[in-house]
Amino acid sequence: MAFNYDSYLRLEKMPTLWCWGCGDGVILKAFIRAVDKMGIDKDDMCVVSGIGCSGRFSSYVDFNTVHTTHGRTVAYATGIKLANPTKHVVCVAGDGDALAIGGNHTIHGCRRNIDITMIVIQNFIYGLTNSQTSPTTPQGMWTVTQKAGNIDPTFDGCELAVAAGASFVGRENVTQPRKLEKLFIKSMEHKGFSYVEALSNCHINLGRKNKMASAMQNLDWIDSITVPVKKYEAMTKEEQLNLLPTGIIKQDTVVREYCDMYQDIIDVHQGKRAKITQDDFVKKI
Amino acid sequence: MATREVISTGNELSAMAGVDAGCTFFGGYPLTPSSEVMHVISDLLPKVGGTCIQMEDEIGAICAVIGAGMAGSRTMTGTSGPGMSLKAENLGLAQMAEVPLVCVNVMRGGPSTGLPTRVSQGDIKQASNPSHGDYRSITLCAGNLAECYTETVRAFNLADRFMQPVIVLLDETIGHMHGKADIPTVEDVKTGIVPRKSFDGPAEEYFPYECNATQPAVLNPMFKGYRYHFTGLHHDKNGFPTEEIETCRKLIQRLEDKVMAHQDELELNEEFMCDDLTGEEGEVLIIAYGSVSLAAKEAIRHLRADGIKAGLFRPITIWPSPAKRIKEMTDKIKNVLVVELNIRQYTDEIERASGRLDLEGLYKVNGRAISPHEITSKVKEVF
Repeated sequence: MAFNYDSYLRLEKMPTLWCWGCGDGVILKAFIRAVDKMGIDKDDMCVVSGIGCSGRFSSYVDFNTVHTTHGRTVAYATGIKLANPTKHVVCVAGDGDALAIGGNHTIHGCRRNIDITMIVIQNFIYGLTNSQTSPTTPQGMWTVTQKAGNIDPTFDGCELAVAAGASFVGRENVTQPRKLEKLFIKSMEHKGFSYVEALSNCHINLGRKNKMASAMQNLDWIDSITVPVKKYEAMTKEEQLNLLPTGIIKQDTVVREYCDMYQDIIDVHQGKRAKITQDDFVKKI
Repeated sequence: MATREVISTGNELSAMAGVDAGCTFFGGYPLTPSSEVMHVISDLLPKVGGTCIQMEDEIGAICAVIGAGMAGSRTMTGTSGPGMSLKAENLGLAQMAEVPLVCVNVMRGGPSTGLPTRVSQGDIKQASNPSHGDYRSITLCAGNLAECYTETVRAFNLADRFMQPVIVLLDETIGHMHGKADIPTVEDVKTGIVPRKSFDGPAEEYFPYECNATQPAVLNPMFKGYRYHFTGLHHDKNGFPTEEIETCRKLIQRLEDKVMAHQDELELNEEFMCDDLTGEEGEVLIIAYGSVSLAAKEAIRHLRADGIKAGLFRPITIWPSPAKRIKEMTDKIKNVLVVELNIRQYTDEIERASGRLDLEGLYKVNGRAISPHEITSKVKEVF
C-alpha cells in the first residue's frame, strides 16, 4: 500500500507554495517517511526552518515548528536542543541560509557537534527571491545579479561541514528519493551534528536562464554532476573536479556530543565530578 | 518584604537575579562592559541544572535564547550597544512571535565601537525600537545597585506577563559599581514569580494567537502535545503565515495595545524630595535616570543646603514612558532640567509628554560620569 503522508502534514496548508516540479516536495516526503520509519512521536520533534522556499517546509509538517529569520536556523535550534536534550531537533535551510547569511552558525553548529540534524536544500540559486547568486551557484551560470555570468567561486557545503567538525556529513539527490530517505534516517539516528545536503532542482529560477527550463532537464544536470562517494574517492583529483559526491561522506561516532559534554559542566558545578581538564579529550588542539 | 545585604557589582547582581527569578537558559557573547553578566551566570546556571552557552556571535546568542524561550524556558542574554544593534532583527522576531526573554544592555559610549569601557546612556532611543516595524518595547532602567537585581527580576515577570522581550538597561558605571545592596531574599523572589500563562484544554481547541485585543498570545511549551507554529511573518491564530488583511491589522494593533492598555502594570517611577514641591517660583525639577540619578540626588542635597528647593523625577520603566506623570510634574514646576549621558535622547520624549519646549538640559557624551557639582552649577546657571 502506498505510504499515507496525511497524518504528518498540515493538510489545510496544501498545496504547497513550491512550483510545479520542484524537488522540495520530494525532500518533504522523504523526510516524513524517515520520521515514520524511526517511529518518532510527533510531539518529540521540532523542525526549524529559515528563509527562502525551504523556509516554508516547517509550516507544512505537523510537528513543533519554527520559522526563523534568514540564516539563523542552527542558532535557534541550539537553544531549543540545549534546553531539551532528549528531543529531536531538525533544521531545514536553503543554500543561502546555510552557507551565506548563516554560514557562521553552520560552522559553529558543526564544531560543537550538538545533536541537531541540519538538512540543507541545495538548489544552486536563490529561488524564492528570483535568481540571485548563491554561494553554490556554479561559475559561469546566469543569475539576475550577474547576468554576464557568475564569477563568484562556489563552495562545497559538505567539505565545509567536514572541516568544521560535524560528526555526520552526507549528500543525496532528489532523483534518488529512497536513498534520500535512508540518509535522513542515518543522520537522525546519529548522535551529534549531522549536515545533510539534499540537492534539488530550481528549473524556474536557475534552469530557465541556464538551458534547463524543465524540471527533468534540471534534474538530469544534477544527476550528471553527482557520483556515489565510493566511486568519487577512487577518482583522481582531475576526475573529481566538477563532481559532487553523494552518500555518507563522514561519520564519526567517537567524538562527543555537545549536550552530553555540557552535562559534565553541570556535574562539576554540582560537585558530582572533578573539573574538566585537557586529559578528558582525545583531540586537544 | 524581607531583604538581605550583599556586596556585589551591578552586572553580578543582574546575573544573580536572573537565576533567582527562574532563568534556566542564557546565551551570550563577550561584550564590554556587560561580559561579567555571562561570567557570573555561567557558574550559577549549571548549579541549578540550567544552561549557559557562549555563542559564536551576538546574533547567535539572541537566536539561541529565543529558541529556548519558544520551547518554554525562562531565558536571558546580556550585551552592550554593538550587540544590541546586532540582535535587533531577532528581537523583532521575538516581538512578532511573542516570545518572552530578558535582554540586559550595559550601556557604553557609541555609536559604533565607541568607548567600550566608558559610560553612556546612548541606547535610550534604540531601546524603544531596536528592530524595524511596529511594536511596543518594554524597557526598565536600573538607577542603583539594588535595582540591577530587582529590575531584572521584574523584567522576567513582565516578559512572561506581556509575552515579549524586556530590556533592562544598566550603564557601565552601575554595571561595574561595587558596593553594598539590600535586595529581596531568594524566597521572596521565588514566591513572586508569575510564570507565563498556558492552555491546558484539548489540543484541537488551542489557538495560541487567538486572544483578546489587549492580551498577549498564550504560548504553551514545546513537546507537550500542543503543536503549533512560530514565525516572524504575519500569522493567524495558529501561528501560520497569512496575508489576510484583517488578521494582519489586528495582530499589529494587538502588539501595541497589549502593552499600552496595561501601562499601569508596568509604570514605575521614583520621586525623590518632590513631596514639598508645590509649584512656587524658584523650585527646580531634575529629571534623570540610571546612574546619573545618583549624582542628581547628591546635587539636590547640595542645592537644598543652598536654599534651592529641588527634587528628582526618575523613570524606572523608561519605555513606555510615564508620559502622564511627566506632564503632571512639568505642568506644576517651571524650572525643569533634564540630565542625560547622551544628547537629548529622553529629553525629546519629555518634550513630547510635557508639550513644553523650554526645558533645560545637561548632556555629556565624552564617556565620563556626570558629577553632582556639574548639576548644581548648571541649575544655578540657568534658573
